[in-house]
Amino acid sequence: MFKVIRTIIAIPQGLWVTFKHLFKKPVTQRYPEVKREMFERYRGLHYLARDENGKEKCVCCGLCATACPSRCIYMEPAENENGERYAKVYEINELRCIFCGFCEEACPVGAIFLGKEYEFSQDKREKFIYNKEDLLVSTSEAKK
Amino acid sequence: MIAFIIISLIKVAIVIAGLFLMVAYLTWLERKLLGHIQVRYGPMRVGPHGLLQPFADGLKLLFKEDITPAGANKVIYNLAPLLTFIPAFIVFAVIPFGSKLYVFGYRIDMVVSDFNLGLLYVFAVVSISVYGIVLAGWSSNNKYSLLGGLRSSAQMISYEISLGLSIIGVLMLSESLSLIEIVNQQDKIFNWFIFRQPLGFVIFVICAIAETNRLPFDLPEADNELVAGYYTEYSSMKFSMFFLGEYGSMINASAMIATLFLGGWQGPWLPGVVWFLIKIGVLLFIYIWIRASLPRFRYDQLMRFGWGILLPLALLNIFITGIVVVG
Repeated sequence: MFKVIRTIIAIPQGLWVTFKHLFKKPVTQRYPEVKREMFERYRGLHYLARDENGKEKCVCCGLCATACPSRCIYMEPAENENGERYAKVYEINELRCIFCGFCEEACPVGAIFLGKEYEFSQDKREKFIYNKEDLLVSTSEAKK
Repeated sequence: MIAFIIISLIKVAIVIAGLFLMVAYLTWLERKLLGHIQVRYGPMRVGPHGLLQPFADGLKLLFKEDITPAGANKVIYNLAPLLTFIPAFIVFAVIPFGSKLYVFGYRIDMVVSDFNLGLLYVFAVVSISVYGIVLAGWSSNNKYSLLGGLRSSAQMISYEISLGLSIIGVLMLSESLSLIEIVNQQDKIFNWFIFRQPLGFVIFVICAIAETNRLPFDLPEADNELVAGYYTEYSSMKFSMFFLGEYGSMINASAMIATLFLGGWQGPWLPGVVWFLIKIGVLLFIYIWIRASLPRFRYDQLMRFGWGILLPLALLNIFITGIVVVG
């Protein structure tokens, strides 16, 4: 008998709980319209930084390529008119990349960073090889 | 005579169109309310707040492939959706949805057909829709469908008796089987049968939920045990007929509860139709609310509840009402 009464009481209790939930603000993030704020140390798509004068920082030392455990960075050095070394070709295969962030740690001049961008799906494997133009960002964007 | 036919046709058209619209938006409302109860949004993409979702769903179902499984009994397989779909919509023929209207001195009753055995008609027609479920389960040549159909037949037997008995109290007090007469007797709020027949009301509401196969009595469907129960094999328009039938019978059940116990279209200030829709709306909300809150009964619990609790209570209700009426 006690059990029956307890069961009958439990029904309106349960209904009250669901009724309260009806007026709560939904926790859903409406993804394409509202993007999720990524946390501080999130490792997303790489970018190559420029210095204050807009010159690219990378000196093509090859330390990032050496540090890279998945061997996804390829670069070819060249010299500019001032005799400074720079990367003529700089490619990252984002399909091979495991987003460990070792390249960022290895870089002696602070040229490569892992950003917060996570939406970079493509329809062809070849398109995942990002070249220098894809990776370079302006000075103002670099803090993103 | 011609005027009568024309007016009847107009009433039929209005009721059918209104019913279809209500069914369409009932699916939307259910998804929306379930969503918000589960602290999410529900449909949001098609139209503002997903308001065009029912039409998108309907269109999608129209273009789906219509599959008949190998080994199915084709005649019964095709007949079954109609058997649940049509009764759900013709029940409304006898439910009064508003007060009288006078147009050019011609009296129009807000009911498609006024005949004095309305209640009997409702129960006769509603029972047919269960055959659709049983036959769908049997003819699909699928073990899950068959189990769903079997459960449905067992559930029908155990709940329809209590359903029928629970309204006998109302009939004893109203002394009429005509739904119009029953509504007319509930002209004041204290005359509503919910106050004169509280026990009958509770039993009727529970049995009506069981009759329409809604949670917590959705054993014939039981998604997580039986795939989708009796309509596992159905697709395209045949599936949507079951779907429309289920939601149509939800509206029917709400309309019947409102008519029998909550005064039908009676109410102060507002026109009768509005009151009727408000009452149906509140009852439909409760339907969805219960679905969102209560878990499904186990099969043996369902049987024990139906035969061991509801049936004796319904009989007790008749007994008490009889004493009151005679004494």
